[in-house]
Amino acid sequence: MHPQSHSAKRLITGFILALALTLIPFAIVWTMAFPVELTFGIIALCALVQVGVHLHYFLGIDSRTPIENVLAICFAGVLIFLMVGGTLWIMFDLYERMM
Amino acid sequence: MLGRLGFDSLPFYSAVAFSGASVTVLGGLVVFLLVTYFGKWRYFWNEWLTSLDHKRIGIMYIALALVMLVRGFVDALMMRSQQAIALNNDGYLAPEHFDQVFSSHGTIMIFFMAMPFLTGLINIVVPQQLGARDVAFPFMNSISLWLTASGAALVMVSLVIGKFSTAGWTGYPPYSGAEYSPGVGVDYWIWALLVSGVGSTMTGINFVVTIIKCRAPKMRLMQMPLFTWTTLCTSLLMSFAFPALTVVAAMLGLDRILGFHFFTNDAGGNMMNYANLIWIWGHPEVYILILPAFGVFSEVTATFSQKRLFGYRSLVYATAVITILSFTVWLHHFFTMGSSPNVNAVFGIATMIIAVPTGVKIFDWVFTMYKGRIIFHPAMLFTIGFLITFVLGGVSGVLLAIPPADFLMHNSTFLVAHFHNVLIPGAVFGYFAGFQYWFPKATGFTLDRAWGVRTFWFWIIGFYLAFMPLYALGFMGMSRRMERYEMAEWQPFLILAAVGALSVLIGIFCQGMQLYVSIRDREKNKDITGDPYNARTLEWQTSSPPAEYNFAKVPDVQDIDAFWDMKQRGVAYAPAQDYEDIHLPRNTGIGVFLGGLGFLIGFAVTWYIWWLVALGFLGVLACLITRSSQDHTYEIIPAAEIEAHEKARIKALEAHKPTPGDFWS
Repeated sequence: MHPQSHSAKRLITGFILALALTLIPFAIVWTMAFPVELTFGIIALCALVQVGVHLHYFLGIDSRTPIENVLAICFAGVLIFLMVGGTLWIMFDLYERMM
Repeated sequence: MLGRLGFDSLPFYSAVAFSGASVTVLGGLVVFLLVTYFGKWRYFWNEWLTSLDHKRIGIMYIALALVMLVRGFVDALMMRSQQAIALNNDGYLAPEHFDQVFSSHGTIMIFFMAMPFLTGLINIVVPQQLGARDVAFPFMNSISLWLTASGAALVMVSLVIGKFSTAGWTGYPPYSGAEYSPGVGVDYWIWALLVSGVGSTMTGINFVVTIIKCRAPKMRLMQMPLFTWTTLCTSLLMSFAFPALTVVAAMLGLDRILGFHFFTNDAGGNMMNYANLIWIWGHPEVYILILPAFGVFSEVTATFSQKRLFGYRSLVYATAVITILSFTVWLHHFFTMGSSPNVNAVFGIATMIIAVPTGVKIFDWVFTMYKGRIIFHPAMLFTIGFLITFVLGGVSGVLLAIPPADFLMHNSTFLVAHFHNVLIPGAVFGYFAGFQYWFPKATGFTLDRAWGVRTFWFWIIGFYLAFMPLYALGFMGMSRRMERYEMAEWQPFLILAAVGALSVLIGIFCQGMQLYVSIRDREKNKDITGDPYNARTLEWQTSSPPAEYNFAKVPDVQDIDAFWDMKQRGVAYAPAQDYEDIHLPRNTGIGVFLGGLGFLIGFAVTWYIWWLVALGFLGVLACLITRSSQDHTYEIIPAAEIEAHEKARIKALEAHKPTPGDFWS
């Protein structure tokens, strides 16, 4: 791993971003500033960006990352897609049949 | 001060519960007194409990698995005897007690028998198959072991203090919620799973990194032995599936303790999301249990057919395909939930497809045996028993994959028969085969053959007697988990099943005898060569038991059957010219402390002793800080010592003059 990936600046930037992405969902739920659907959307978006922040700032993934590591992340992406996508499909399907 | 804990938590309310508690306490006391009497505490602490050596950690895992196998099997005997007599009467178990028995049977057999058993085999064997000296993270390995052990301890302690869950091994809400199960049982279950689940996740991560990063430099991925391949896939499954279990158990815990509404009936909760989440872990878990056994069968078949494994590449690809597909079938555990036909059809078809790579493997093993000179070692007997029996279980699984058929069989004893029919031959027989096969490698002496053969026959006959009647009973309409019934025509089948359980009991007795006889005759059965079966993979190149560092020199891998190839080239035991110092991790007790703290936290939350929970977490923090500020975590074995050890071994080998395959012929 290249030396600058662990530099203090990078870690602190990551920490601030991660903190902000955690506080935003809390804030909008606390204040109920938006309609429910939009709130869910914002929370989901913050979660996705959060994953990217962790990968880039804490694990040092960037354009110079070796191909094996990128493949490993893609594998994780496929599994998460199966689990999250499957759950959404199953639960919304059930929801529609129950209504 | 002590939360919900009081004098009435002790099992003085029922004779059966009291005798269970007494056996547990007395058993623990006898072990404690024996170790004290022989003055072995210091030895156990220094050489075993604090060890970071992957081989010793593996042996401790298997010891834990064997103890829990006995405990889980006692539960099975209790259920079989209750059902054999409970026609139009209450039998000897109260309904609530019967429910605890089947819940703990499932929980123990999956989490504290099967998981430690396979993790133990992996620990002993995989680093050696890779030509490595240890796992990638030896300290994390120790933490995994002790977290698993403390999860098992939580289940055991529920026998003595309080009660265990009555919600089955999957703990479905709303029944497992605070409203319907207000006692401590479900909390014991949740915390046993949480604590040991973290350990399993770390094991998964550890072995993915070990296999990717710590192979002998020349070993390509497609030269790894099959047990290593299945371990890699199992470890990937553990790393990705176990977090789902941790999350769902934590959510149920939040529902119960802090009044959340993830899975409750009211306030927007949805209990079906629990079924969904636990089976996202649960189905990959089935393959976590079975893939390592498939690896064992591959090694055993090749060794005892004295042939190269048939279709190595197809076995690797089949394993990889199973790994991915195992994440696409979880809904078949709850077809009856009421999804639309499209959803059920997609998961039903995915379930049938996953049988294809499994079938490929069966043919590969059969073709490996074809025209081989088969040696009927007990490990091979278990493998052949698996091949025949597992196909039956697989076929009943494909039948259950059809949603309309599943609607008829759901929650019947047909289902119970099906999953025992895949897990006993597919997982347990595999672990037993691995136990028989690698025992000399781990301990330095071979297991008694006659008692091994007896073990096999009593187990397989017992299996058929116990579970074939359950298939029939399922068709006759019997639900699972019944503590009494009114149908007179069921009883003969249930008595037959109880006879099967007795046969398995004799099988377990034979395993005990085999261990006793083999330890008694250990001098006679010494494995001097380290290669008692004229085997093919690298773990047989080391001495038995292996030196702390496994390999004095990193092996030169040129073939899939690396060790076999070295023997053919005459370089397997060639003495090296120059030895180098070897760095090995120094023992540490922090893994044991972390396990103990895990137990303490789980116990304290179960009983609502909140100050103890806080204290426990402070202890964890202290352990982590202590460990991260230690400087000398490695010790050096000097080259001279290694040279002396290796020369002594070569001398012993020359005196013994190993002839290929002399052990069993």
